[in-house]
Amino acid sequence: MSEAPRLLFVEGLNKSYGGVHAVRNVSFSVAPGEILALIGPNGAGKTTCFNMLNGQTPADSGRVVLRGQDISGKQPREVWRLGVGRTFQITATYASMTVRENVQVALISFQSKLYSMLNATQRFASDEADRLLGLVGMEGYAARPCGELAYGDLKRLELALALANDPKLLLMDEPTAGMAPRERVELMRMTAQIAREKEIGVLFTEHDMDVVFEHADRIIVLNRGSIISEGSPDQVRNDPQVKAVYLGDGLVFGQHAEAHA
Amino acid sequence: MGFYFVQFLTGLASASALFLVASGLSIIFGVTRIVNFAHGAFYMLGAYIAFTLTERLSGAFGFWGGILIAALAVAVIGVIVEMLLLRRIYSSPELFQLLATFGLTLMVEDLVVLIWGPDDLLGRRAPGFRGAVEMFGQNVPSYDLFMIVLGPVVLGILWLLFHRTRWGILVRAATQDRDMVAALGVNQKWLFTSVFGAGVFLAALGGALQIPRDAVHHALDLRIIVEVFVVVVIGGLGSITGAFVAAVLVAELNAFGILILPKVSIVLVFLVMAVVLIVRPYGLFGKPEAVARKTPGLSVRPWAPFTRNERIACLVGVALAALLPLVAGNYALTVGAEIAIFVIFAASLHFLMSVGGLASFGHAAYFGLGAYGVAFLAKLAGLPMILCLALGPLLGLAGAAIFGFFAVQLSGVYFAMLTLAFAQIVWSIAFQWVPVTGGDNGILGIWPEQWAAGPARFYWLSLGIAVAVVSILRIIVFSPFGYALRGTRDSLLRSESIGIDAKRIQWTAFVIAGTAAGIGGSLFAYLKGSVFPDNIGIGLSVDALVMVLLGGVETVSGAVIGAIVFKALSIWLVSQTDWSKLILGGVIVLIVVAFPKGIVGMIETWRHSWRARSDAPSAKPAGLAASQPEGAE
Ligand SMILES: Nc1ncnc2c1ncn2[C@@H]1O[C@H](COP(=O)(O)OP(=O)(O)O)[C@@H](O)[C@H]1O
Ligand SMILES: [Mg+2]
Repeated sequence: MSEAPRLLFVEGLNKSYGGVHAVRNVSFSVAPGEILALIGPNGAGKTTCFNMLNGQTPADSGRVVLRGQDISGKQPREVWRLGVGRTFQITATYASMTVRENVQVALISFQSKLYSMLNATQRFASDEADRLLGLVGMEGYAARPCGELAYGDLKRLELALALANDPKLLLMDEPTAGMAPRERVELMRMTAQIAREKEIGVLFTEHDMDVVFEHADRIIVLNRGSIISEGSPDQVRNDPQVKAVYLGDGLVFGQHAEAHA
Repeated sequence: MGFYFVQFLTGLASASALFLVASGLSIIFGVTRIVNFAHGAFYMLGAYIAFTLTERLSGAFGFWGGILIAALAVAVIGVIVEMLLLRRIYSSPELFQLLATFGLTLMVEDLVVLIWGPDDLLGRRAPGFRGAVEMFGQNVPSYDLFMIVLGPVVLGILWLLFHRTRWGILVRAATQDRDMVAALGVNQKWLFTSVFGAGVFLAALGGALQIPRDAVHHALDLRIIVEVFVVVVIGGLGSITGAFVAAVLVAELNAFGILILPKVSIVLVFLVMAVVLIVRPYGLFGKPEAVARKTPGLSVRPWAPFTRNERIACLVGVALAALLPLVAGNYALTVGAEIAIFVIFAASLHFLMSVGGLASFGHAAYFGLGAYGVAFLAKLAGLPMILCLALGPLLGLAGAAIFGFFAVQLSGVYFAMLTLAFAQIVWSIAFQWVPVTGGDNGILGIWPEQWAAGPARFYWLSLGIAVAVVSILRIIVFSPFGYALRGTRDSLLRSESIGIDAKRIQWTAFVIAGTAAGIGGSLFAYLKGSVFPDNIGIGLSVDALVMVLLGGVETVSGAVIGAIVFKALSIWLVSQTDWSKLILGGVIVLIVVAFPKGIVGMIETWRHSWRARSDAPSAKPAGLAASQPEGAE
């Protein structure tokens, strides 16, 4: 591999659930500021990979190295403290709080004020919270109850939460699923901009190939747990093996090819 | 040897009855997610009705027919209760159904006394099983042998029912995944009703079959319900096989515990339950909860600190309360002090339940520890009152720190049951460690010093401390810690992925709640001048739950109102009528139906809709937005 500085280095990850080999010997790396897409049909093992990266799921074998430090086997909260932010495929936010309060909780944790009991949260880092909401285009939503948000807005809120610890690496599992096409492009444009500015490495999964080809610097294709292709968008687009997988799975490429034709 | 064998058989016979009742509770919980507190009441009703029928109807047919008819009759009552009451509250916050079924239990307790009188009733012997069989030189009642055979037979019948009939397969499917059954187009209403009816039938049958073995009396319900909870939790919620194994385990522990370890016999089953839950958090045969529960807090607006006007209103309320000694007599002031103490107690549980999402079924443990703390300091160490009040609650803190550490490893019903087990352990220490605690006789003669003596002074003291405790808890709710705690309740996944150590946060909250409860208990010791094991009892823990739910578990400080209403009402009713439980239970049931969010929750909803009338129509119903299918293309 090249000598470029590596932010994340993953080597030989494996995970089985009973008889299902969900992830098979997966290795890759992410450079700072790089936007890497992990694609593959449903059930390919993308979410399982994410879960092993941030400690949600213990790997059967393999190593995860973040900025030179082996983080295999650490708890999600420890991985977070090392600078990894994450969004979930099925959103996980605090439904009983307002949008701003959601972000405030992340900031409270980041500033290690979790056990502060006699101050009011209302004023705690509310400017910083609003700034983060501004980054994802949600400044107008700060006082809205989170339980009332539409799904696309929840996804944006998740991004703001993931950015609260000034991460070095962002893990985004289907960040635009359930969004309208225009929202998708907008969200990924925002993400790309933030990533470039702050040199954040981004690893994301996505079904919309327009989004993937427009924003990813590099693409990894996963099928049945194994990496079947890796390279620049053009390389991957023209890989016959990839075409075969996607043609078998429901023509995600085909639709767009026709639309563009 | 023979003696032990017979003891073993007796245990097995009890296990069968326990299994019947427990399997009913387990089925009901599995499908409807209702923790049916009234299960013990249905058991008791089964016994009473069977008693009457078997007395009236003659012959063998009369006896066995009477037992069966009694169980069926109670099942019909259960179905009516489900249709008229429970159907209205399935969508209420978790545990609200517990409050409703608790209200029913209170009513039934008084009703059976009204109908059958307060004395123990001795039932008829079972025809064909009157004698005894000699084994190893010991006599074994032949009815016990009948019961021993009955347990596995019922287990077999239930197995066939659940694996060979369409209804049973639906029930199992619903136990695993309720949404799926709804999606299959099954009429969920009738599935719930039939499951509740079947569960109640099993409870009543268990009660009816006990009459040849045991006297029928009006405290049967509480005795059985606690044991059955234990069985179901050890076995694993929703697992019939688990219920059977656990019933045998518990019954044998009871049978042999009394012989081998008489000192700790009462607590033995709870010790075992605690160990099982710590080692296997979902019981012996249970599976982890597959579906995420509904997040509390969705039906009310996000919490906000008091506005200026609200703060003024509270100050006025406190000021008026402080003026009470100008108009009220001694009795009223003593009642007032007691209410203030229960406000502290309820508020402490409310903090744990509503902010932390942790419903403790044994919160009285920390109240009682605070009370005993004061008793030890005042009587044994002879410390001045002010020091006793300051240090007594530390015993509650210590208990909460130890037990809370284990309890917060679990959640939901399992958390509730582990806290219940811990409370029972504390209770039995107080009850059985006579040289230190005085056992049943308690510790007497804990009177306030001059500065706090007299109804008015003690009332002011209690009121002041109550206001302080409630205010501090409220401040904590809106502090960074309070938000972090609420975060662990809303989404564990999110909390862990933003660096929050959820268990440690919850443990801290448990300790805070336990200490606050201990403060209430310390005052209570001085109010009564004595402490008793009752101050730790299940009854007191349930009272606290009722106060919280009555006030509104989704509110910030609803328990304050809940405690005032519940305590005032129950004290007043006891002084006015012999049938206070009947009326109180009825009132609770009415409130549950009329105010599904609790009293304060309802008031807040009214106020909000009043203010928002001019606002734009509200957005999508909460929850819908968040439950969209993943990766929809
Ligand atoms: N907790 C689990 N238990 C059992 N099987 C699982 C679990 N999580 C994922 N799997 C299986 O692993 C495979 C990969 O799933 P996942 O990582 O979610 O795929 P993707 O995110 O690419 O759609 C699937 O076959 C899925 O059924
Ligand atoms: Mg996935």
